[in-house]
Amino acid sequence: MTRVRVRGAAVALTCIALAACSSTSSGGATGGPVGGSHAITVYAASSLKDVFTLLGKNFSAANPGTTVTFSFGASSTLGQQLAQGAPADVFASASNNTMQAAVTAGAVSSFSVFATNVLEVATPPDNPGQVQALSDLARAGVTVAVCQPAVPCGAAATQLFAKAGLTVHPVSQEVDVKAVLTKVTLGEVDAGVVYVTDVLAAGTKVHGVLIPADTNVSTSYPIGVVTASKEQTTAAAFVAYVLSPAGSAALTAAGFGPA
Amino acid sequence: MLVARVEVSRGSLSLLVELAAAAGQVVVLLGPNGAGKSTTLRALAGLTPLTAGRIALDGQVLDDVGAGVFVPPERRPIGLVHQDPLLFPHLSVRDNVAFGVRARGADRAQARRVADGWLERMRLSELATVRPSALSGGQAQQVALARALAAGPHLLLLDEPLAALDVSTRSVVRTQLREHLTSFGGPSVLVTHDPLDALVLADQLVVVEAGRVVQAGPPSEVARQPHTDFVARLVGLNLYRGTCDSTGTVQLDGGGVLHAVASSAGAGPALVALRPGAVALHSSRPEGSPRNVWSGTVAGLELLGDRVRVAVEGSPSVLADVTAAAVADLGLRTGLGVWLSVKANDLEVYRSAPAPR
Amino acid sequence: MSRHDRLGRSRARSAPPWSLGIPAALALIFLLLPLTALVLRAPWAAMPRLLSEPTVRDALRLSLFTASLATVVATVLGVPLAWVLARIEFPGRSLARALVILPLVLPPVVGGVALLLALGRRGVVGGLLYDWTGWSLPFSTAGVVVAETFVAMPFLVVTVEGALRGFDQRYEEAGAMLGAGRLTVLRRVTLPMLAPSLAAGAVLCFARALGEFGATITFAGNAPGRTQTMPLAVYLALEDDPDAAIALSLVLLVVCVGVLLLLRERWLRRDLLG
Repeated sequence: MTRVRVRGAAVALTCIALAACSSTSSGGATGGPVGGSHAITVYAASSLKDVFTLLGKNFSAANPGTTVTFSFGASSTLGQQLAQGAPADVFASASNNTMQAAVTAGAVSSFSVFATNVLEVATPPDNPGQVQALSDLARAGVTVAVCQPAVPCGAAATQLFAKAGLTVHPVSQEVDVKAVLTKVTLGEVDAGVVYVTDVLAAGTKVHGVLIPADTNVSTSYPIGVVTASKEQTTAAAFVAYVLSPAGSAALTAAGFGPA
Repeated sequence: MLVARVEVSRGSLSLLVELAAAAGQVVVLLGPNGAGKSTTLRALAGLTPLTAGRIALDGQVLDDVGAGVFVPPERRPIGLVHQDPLLFPHLSVRDNVAFGVRARGADRAQARRVADGWLERMRLSELATVRPSALSGGQAQQVALARALAAGPHLLLLDEPLAALDVSTRSVVRTQLREHLTSFGGPSVLVTHDPLDALVLADQLVVVEAGRVVQAGPPSEVARQPHTDFVARLVGLNLYRGTCDSTGTVQLDGGGVLHAVASSAGAGPALVALRPGAVALHSSRPEGSPRNVWSGTVAGLELLGDRVRVAVEGSPSVLADVTAAAVADLGLRTGLGVWLSVKANDLEVYRSAPAPR
Repeated sequence: MSRHDRLGRSRARSAPPWSLGIPAALALIFLLLPLTALVLRAPWAAMPRLLSEPTVRDALRLSLFTASLATVVATVLGVPLAWVLARIEFPGRSLARALVILPLVLPPVVGGVALLLALGRRGVVGGLLYDWTGWSLPFSTAGVVVAETFVAMPFLVVTVEGALRGFDQRYEEAGAMLGAGRLTVLRRVTLPMLAPSLAAGAVLCFARALGEFGATITFAGNAPGRTQTMPLAVYLALEDDPDAAIALSLVLLVVCVGVLLLLRERWLRRDLLG
């Protein structure tokens, strides 16, 4: 009995030690992007995952001594966390509403729109539901997943269906757009409403069904420095990079529309 | 009628007991702890498998290792009562007694009627709705017996049924138990290490030591002519082994000679039993009639109620009972030399024949 | 007055030594503080409006229904499993025991993913089911019950198995000697005597099922009225209406406390075992 207890204590201590070691320490040093080491945390919408990870790498390479850590999630969740005082330096959301809410909460003071996105229907590669157009989503027997209404892509989907005059009964309202994509790639649903960037990023794992531009709904992506950030200069530099031609090129390549 | 040959070998335990009990007969298995008595009972019940042997009850074979027959415990018409009553705590006394009746197919109302009948027979009716936790030890044991009997067994097994009771309850319950066992139509096998249980309850006494039957017979016979030291100690007799000649003179194995009345048993190996009360103590060599006179040294004194048991070492050593007054008169104390005398009549000489059947 | 009673025991038995009392108090505070904060910061004024929302009623009804059903399924399947693990010696028994405990240590989301791979539309077994019947478990209320049963059943099995192993089998022997077969003994002797442990296991199971989130949202998805249980509703409400989230959390808290109080009565009736 004692032996088990000692072993258990040793395991617990090791875990604590590892956790302590792996937590990144925020820089704390002042000064410009060049000179000294600076680490920033960027809170970004899930749909920005692939392109922002790339931009982060490029930024660090171009500015030695800087590290960019990301926290991806539903924009509204991230906004909430920022309002509660989460330690982030940059916020990039998938809708003006969520950014506005962050401003109202005092987490962000100013922002700029850096990209737009439109919706697209994604189906598993073998298209079990025979979905050829948006209207097929309203067909009986077709299982559809969307984001939950409180997050930007969910709100956009609701808008989309209203605009197209369709009554769609989704079988699930997922927490964020990546979760919808997962359900599609696993083949659990016949179709999911995601962004074009997600379809592009998923490659051969999904089959995309385009939505005509006149029906489609677009969302804006604003980005801003978090007011309470301790790395104001580095954060501003990252925002500038995203807004720069280099940043725009990467965004366009990923399927985002112009700001 | 129970006929059983029980052989169980498990680890260090090696048991071989042959038993027979007629209808209405109470067989008591008596022996020291670890002798194998409870194992015998469990084998009869079917709770412990036989290594070899055969058990038949009223002509039905319950267990036959050679023929590969084994009737599981729940299908044997056998009742078992433990020293721990093991009454089901979530059922009332009445439902406990009714349990076996219901298990054998009766519906609840019918079973309860049968249970009430038994409770009345055993004068326990006022306890019918009580929970087992509210019963005294003696009452619980009675209910356990009622429960076993209500199921209508053809053989009753009792494993140290009185051992968990305090002394005063024990004698009351023992008397009641005797009544019930007498009125029970089938054979009963009772296990105990208390000689009083054996003397009061047994029709047939079977002494088991180290997994073997060492003596069997009516209790009075066993009590008068014990074959082993264990039994002799239990019934409070001095026991000697020796060789007897035709004149009744016995050469004792441990040293010494005792002269008994010439018996019809003749010459050969013999056992001699001697009541402590028949041994007289003297401070000097006595004259007169007793044919057995020898000396010894007092090794110990023990007060037993109204008399004192004196352990004397000599050839042979002996336990002698004297009155407290005599102790004072003789000035008995450890280490004192004394003289012992025993009449030839008071010596019981008999063969150490092997246990019958 | 002496500090010791007749038998020499110290009278001041109700006060613990400092070395135990302080950590104990800290532990209590640690556990109670979040719950107290929840009650203190609740939007009491808006409560009636928030609680009358149909989503709240739907989520609560669904949660209670699925958790109860999950507990029933866990009992029906788990008690026999516990009995077999406790009483039957078979090769691989220790492995089976470890596997039963696995959902306890598995992160619920991992459990959800595993369930998808097994019982999803393209799953190992679920795929066959879909091909034959055109029906799959995910996104259905049945799927919620499956997810909750998966994470909660081990609680019941472990509790009942432990109780069975510690059970005095002489009572079962007594039952057998009275003519009761193995199933009758189990039904009329063992299970009634194990009732307190069974109840404890069922309560643990119910509570775990009620609070399940990760496996549910991964396997059964989120659809109001069909698969949106209370924990899901709370999590999603946090997105845009924290007040609603707090209100829902309070409701769940009250329900859990109610369940615990209801069953504590039965635990206290330990006179079953004398």
